[in-house]
Amino acid sequence: MRLEYFQLIDRIVDLKLADRKISSEATIPAQSTIFEGHFPGYPLMPGVLLIEAMAQTSGWLVVALNRFERMPFLAAVKDAKLRTFVKPGERLSIDAQLVHDGSGYAVIDATIKCGGKLVCDASLTLRVLDFPNDDMAKKMRETAARIGLSFEASANG
Amino acid sequence: MSSTFDTIANIIAETCDIPRDTIKPESHAINDLGIDSLDFLDIAFAIDKAFGIKLPLEQWTQEVNDGKATTEQYFVLKNLSTRIDELVAAKGA
Repeated sequence: MRLEYFQLIDRIVDLKLADRKISSEATIPAQSTIFEGHFPGYPLMPGVLLIEAMAQTSGWLVVALNRFERMPFLAAVKDAKLRTFVKPGERLSIDAQLVHDGSGYAVIDATIKCGGKLVCDASLTLRVLDFPNDDMAKKMRETAARIGLSFEASANG
Repeated sequence: MSSTFDTIANIIAETCDIPRDTIKPESHAINDLGIDSLDFLDIAFAIDKAFGIKLPLEQWTQEVNDGKATTEQYFVLKNLSTRIDELVAAKGA
């Protein structure tokens, strides 16, 4: 996890296209400038970044389901619950399940667990659009390769 | 009016907190009811679930943008009801 670069997913650990679900992992860095402000003297992973981690995991599911041809953008966060404090150095397991594949949008239920305990959950709505440009599509493929989401895997999964 | 209209009117009332009695078959979802595109995603989701269909929002938007259709054809509620009935019929065919 590189918080300052908004890289909130370390790797994809499971992708089941037929079941329309995905799992990822991420380890919160022990140190980050973000923890200097959140909070001084008591560092905690910001809840908005936990939601972003769920959104990124959900986004990769949509990318894979669309064979890397379309790009999801976060549009709505509903029923978000931040159930407990999450501290630097902790390892997160993030799961996302597609609830509905609409025309130009997707609805996904996502959760984060830490040490087997549910720490965060929400229902996310993503707009699903064409890639704005080829450069972004290329960079998304590069990022996908870095976190272990291969085009071949999504095509065959 | 058809039960399709009643269903979508109830969905709109609940989703957008619009008084049910102000939602008419002649109402334009955008121009009259002031529903924005994000709220319409929630409505589309609820309609998709209620009727077991997939509203072709992208196709409709493209047709409007290309000048091949008007927003009235898809977003005046009596017309939207007709489109939904067609989609439901096509699903069962």
